[in-house]
Amino acid sequence: MTATPAALAEDAAERGPVARRLPARPELGAVVGAAAVLVFFALAADGFLRPAGLGTVLYAASTIGIMAVPVALLMIGGEFDLSAGVMVTSSALVSSMFSYQMTANTWVGVAVSLPVTLAIGFFNGWTLTRTRLPSFIITLGTFLMLTGLNLGLTKLIGGTVSTRAIGDMEGFDSARAVFASDITVGGFQLRITIVWWLALVAAATWILLRTRAGNWIFATGGNAEAARAVGVPVDRVRIGLYTGVALAAWISGQHLLFSYDVVQSGEGVGNELIYIAAAVIGGCLLTGGYGSAAGAAVGALIFGMTSKGIVYAQWDPSWFKFFLGAMLLLATLLNAWIRKRAEASS
Amino acid sequence: MTTAGGVCRGVRTGARTGIRTRATALAAVLALALAGCSSTGGKRAEEERERAGGRAAVDTPRWTFAMVTHSGDGDTYWDIVRSGAEQAAVKDNVEFVYSHDKEAGRQAQLVQAAIDRKVDGLIVTLAKPEAMEAVVREAVKAGIPVVTINSGQDESADLGALAHIGQDESVAGEAVGQELNERGHDKALCVVHEQGNVGHEERCDGVREAFDGEVENLYVDGTNMPSVESSVEAELQSDRDVDTVVTLGAPFAATAAKAVKRAGGGAEVNTFDLNAQVAAGLRDGTIGFAVDQQPYLQGYEAVDLLWLHRYNGNMLGGGRPVLTGPQLVTGDDAADLEKYTERGTR
Repeated sequence: MTATPAALAEDAAERGPVARRLPARPELGAVVGAAAVLVFFALAADGFLRPAGLGTVLYAASTIGIMAVPVALLMIGGEFDLSAGVMVTSSALVSSMFSYQMTANTWVGVAVSLPVTLAIGFFNGWTLTRTRLPSFIITLGTFLMLTGLNLGLTKLIGGTVSTRAIGDMEGFDSARAVFASDITVGGFQLRITIVWWLALVAAATWILLRTRAGNWIFATGGNAEAARAVGVPVDRVRIGLYTGVALAAWISGQHLLFSYDVVQSGEGVGNELIYIAAAVIGGCLLTGGYGSAAGAAVGALIFGMTSKGIVYAQWDPSWFKFFLGAMLLLATLLNAWIRKRAEASS
Repeated sequence: MTTAGGVCRGVRTGARTGIRTRATALAAVLALALAGCSSTGGKRAEEERERAGGRAAVDTPRWTFAMVTHSGDGDTYWDIVRSGAEQAAVKDNVEFVYSHDKEAGRQAQLVQAAIDRKVDGLIVTLAKPEAMEAVVREAVKAGIPVVTINSGQDESADLGALAHIGQDESVAGEAVGQELNERGHDKALCVVHEQGNVGHEERCDGVREAFDGEVENLYVDGTNMPSVESSVEAELQSDRDVDTVVTLGAPFAATAAKAVKRAGGGAEVNTFDLNAQVAAGLRDGTIGFAVDQQPYLQGYEAVDLLWLHRYNGNMLGGGRPVLTGPQLVTGDDAADLEKYTERGTR
């Protein structure tokens, strides 16, 4: 295990003082980008910096961030997951339909949804390790299958394309408190998803930087064959990473269900690209072996600030998508530029 | 899974018939709790409501009618159109074939497939008339009676369709604008969940036409509910003058109501189209009014009209569109509407 980040950090420690080592962190470019976006919208958009405004922006960021963090881990491990967006919807649908059809306490649905969602993630990872096909193809397959299953099964079981309301069922209120409530922190009203998000960032960062599994993830994404040669259980790492994405999809799915009571079966398509974009903006390399969980969180924050900042700035809505794309491209370029400079100066 | 369902639904009936001892009731309660059942809502509540069935009421030959729409996957609206058509098909002894594709080119291919199958009647939507023109003309040339529904009322007769059943989107928008005037609103936010959809633009423009106050459009990503919510919230925070939010699709009304509650200020939420959640919102006052274009009627009438045409040479409309809306519904209609939306026919 020579190519671990810990070893790299030791190399860097030998080379220079903290001030010069700092820029080598993968998320630094994203942090600078986020600061730039924040300053920009603070000046351009009235109401953006007010507590209520920041609460809204953080909520938008958290719904992306909960998924972007495990997606970033997966990308550090060198793989993609295109099924992540619809998997969230699948998880919500399973939970909702089980509770409704069985007339069960909503917590039973929540509990049933967890192993089902994890099984989808396991399926992705297991198929990948067994077939050695590119993860792009495998998860594209799961993406399409899940999209179809979501629509087909919802229609078949419930008779309509959205689920029935479960807001009047037992356990709904306590489940909502866990997955979709508001909490007050120092006078600010914040969504509970922000807590889930930060907890996931902390857990993922700990795994990446402080555990053996973290070293395995970097090694698998950096050079899988070399990693296998030194004894890293590459297959288990990959399956674990896909299961991690599924776990976050379960959290997101329960949030979706308990905040809106009803789930639309066609939802979630396209979100997988947003998660990947957030991870890439946060400094993950598309080729694997490099990146951080905190970076993905900052990437999600940039996404949240940009998409809501455009609304706060009251720009002509016809240009919405263009602005969004341009902002993202700029943030990513800035990110890459800072990384290059950091690498050149070290 | 099935055992749990049997327990959840079976124990309750047992407890109801056998009112012998307290112990039985206690045991039933315990069993319910152990099985994780919900005593409120769910499938059992639905089963306790009566449902209407149907079978063929005529002895005409079994004709095949095809319906090809521009619906996206998992669209609640089109689901209701379809159930209307299916209900009419059962009554009229018609073999009903449904297909849909949101992309005009592929929708045209589906129409072509129906022509190749030599169907006895064709129902199409003309969301993008240019793309559908050639293939609809071909169907007419092949001697297949064509009825257009929902969109394309200006092009319908030109292409040789016998009738058009739908709602004039501008008229519907104007109805909303007038109602907003009567309710004394000053500034409306028109939430567009599909950027570039002509019908959506027409609706907002119709509101703008009839409304004395100001109308602003907000474009949101319809496949991502949390994003819809945070965008509406952001807009309301940055523009305090908005005193009513108009959503263009039923699933977005409940979400907008949540955003309004969160942003404070108490803007009234009103919506185009109807579903179970909107009906519930009308009842509890979180939604002011809804403009229904009666999708069930569009499906039902189209099939029935083709049957009448085949059977008796009848045709409705006299070359003009047959309008199914706008029908304005408020809290007063909520009780009945809830019954209908629950079973998926309104």
